[in-house]
Amino acid sequence: MKLIIAVVQPEKLTDVKEALAAAKVGKMTVSSVIGCGAQGGYTESYRGVTTEVNLLDKARFEIAVNDDFVKPAIEAIIKGARTGKIGDGKIFVVPLEQCIRVRTGETGSEAIG
Amino acid sequence: MRKLSGILALALIIGASATAAFAAENASAAVTREALDALKASIAVGMDTVWVLFAAFLVFFMNLGFAMVESGLARAKNTVNILAKNFIVFAIASLSFYAIGWGLMFGNGNPFMGLEGLFFVNGADTSPAIGEAYKGAYSAISWTGVPLWAKFFFQLVFAGTAATIVSGAVAERIKFSSFIFFSFILVGIMYPLTGHWIWGGGWLASLGMFDFAGSTVVHSVGGWSALAGVLLLGPRLGKYRADGSVNPIYGHNMSLVTLGGLVLWFGWFGFNPGSTMAVGDGSAIAHVAVTTNTAAAAAILSSTFMSWVIQKKPDLSMIINGALAGLVAITAPCAFVSVGSSAIIGLVAGVLVVLAVMMFDRLKIDDPVGALSVHLVNGIFGTLAVGLFAQDKITGTATGSGLFFGGGLKLLASQAIGVVAVGAFTFVLALVVWYVIRLVMGMRVSREEEIAGLDLGEHGMKAYPDFQGFLTK
Repeated sequence: MKLIIAVVQPEKLTDVKEALAAAKVGKMTVSSVIGCGAQGGYTESYRGVTTEVNLLDKARFEIAVNDDFVKPAIEAIIKGARTGKIGDGKIFVVPLEQCIRVRTGETGSEAIG
Repeated sequence: MRKLSGILALALIIGASATAAFAAENASAAVTREALDALKASIAVGMDTVWVLFAAFLVFFMNLGFAMVESGLARAKNTVNILAKNFIVFAIASLSFYAIGWGLMFGNGNPFMGLEGLFFVNGADTSPAIGEAYKGAYSAISWTGVPLWAKFFFQLVFAGTAATIVSGAVAERIKFSSFIFFSFILVGIMYPLTGHWIWGGGWLASLGMFDFAGSTVVHSVGGWSALAGVLLLGPRLGKYRADGSVNPIYGHNMSLVTLGGLVLWFGWFGFNPGSTMAVGDGSAIAHVAVTTNTAAAAAILSSTFMSWVIQKKPDLSMIINGALAGLVAITAPCAFVSVGSSAIIGLVAGVLVVLAVMMFDRLKIDDPVGALSVHLVNGIFGTLAVGLFAQDKITGTATGSGLFFGGGLKLLASQAIGVVAVGAFTFVLALVVWYVIRLVMGMRVSREEEIAGLDLGEHGMKAYPDFQGFLTK
């Protein structure tokens, strides 16, 4: 079991969601986060004064998958989020110790699937 | 005690001297019939002017309503852009209507356009003289006895309204610069031309078409211009799924939409009753105020009912659009129909707006705020309603009676010709103007900008910078 955490451009949310659905990965948690990476931010102006915005809006996916779904899920995220420009995001894969479905009490792979 | 008696004494002295002065004046200048008439006339002009300007200020206030309704129904990421459009549009209207719009609309000319006093409202003018006594370049509006600038300002706020209608329909994807350019053309040229046909003594006025406060002149013209723009722009990204089904895009602030709806309702009490452009004995104003309010109320109830039946639950955006639909529909007939008829007109308008919103969605004509359903569909319906429900001279205007009141088809036919002629002319001209804009300066922002939001792309700032980013579901 792995937990895939992906941070992507917020405007790529729909594309990533659709690519994941096509890869039969349908369970996810998405949050709106701010953060910075290589992209380095952009400038906004207010009353004629420009400000550096370096914590940018990002969409963060958390997806718990069984091992055979790790590769398809990662590929789907890349397919949906990649533009080739700086700021496309990052994917982190971490081992998942346990997963419990609240309703039934199932654990492990059963609970994820 | 001494202080009080001092004040009393002072008051007595002032009172006595004032009475003495008044008596002296009475004795020296006998009150003549002419002097009294002149006094009455000048009070009447003053009253009418105050009324016309007060009504115009209410219509100006509708800018606030439009800004609130349109920004609330748009997504948070496009708020700065839509507010900027709504703010700048009245400035554009003010200058272009002053530069040429007024002259084209109200200048003496041929049945199709004004020719005298064309630029900068510079024609000869003897306002507030009315009728035969009026000598000047703007005879078509000499029926109202107010100063020229009162006439101009009142008409200006109407012209501005037509342009704000376009803003909502093309929202969330149009380039700021392209919208500005189109607004200049709309208020400076397009709106005044068809306005001349109906309010400027042009060919539709001669034909016997009646549009009291502008269901066609203002609302349909705004609606047709918006429709042409929407067709050339295409729907917003994400509005339609791959299989063609409609994906609802929610507005970001329904509280703002609701307040805007109430502001517009309030502003309409200037829009319609103000179009009397005179106080008279007050009866026409009162009649129009009540027909206007009754139609809005009836439309709110019928749109709520329709929404409840079709969508299973009453949708607040439909309820508010229902109010606006009723107001647009009663705009042409408000002075020509009874209060009972206004309720029926409102009921129909509320049903029409709900069906129209759904129809435009199915036709892939993406209108984020429902401007086409409110202003175009009900502008047409309201204009035709004059031909159905009019009762001759109900507030003094000799319209002839409509179909349901024994007048036959004559009035309805004139109204229909007006609807078709103004619609065809405005729609085709708007298509051409939008098309040229698209060729020369581009019409739509880039895909990336549209997804990230026009606030950043067009203006480099956000409406809600302290909030965490909003994800588009």
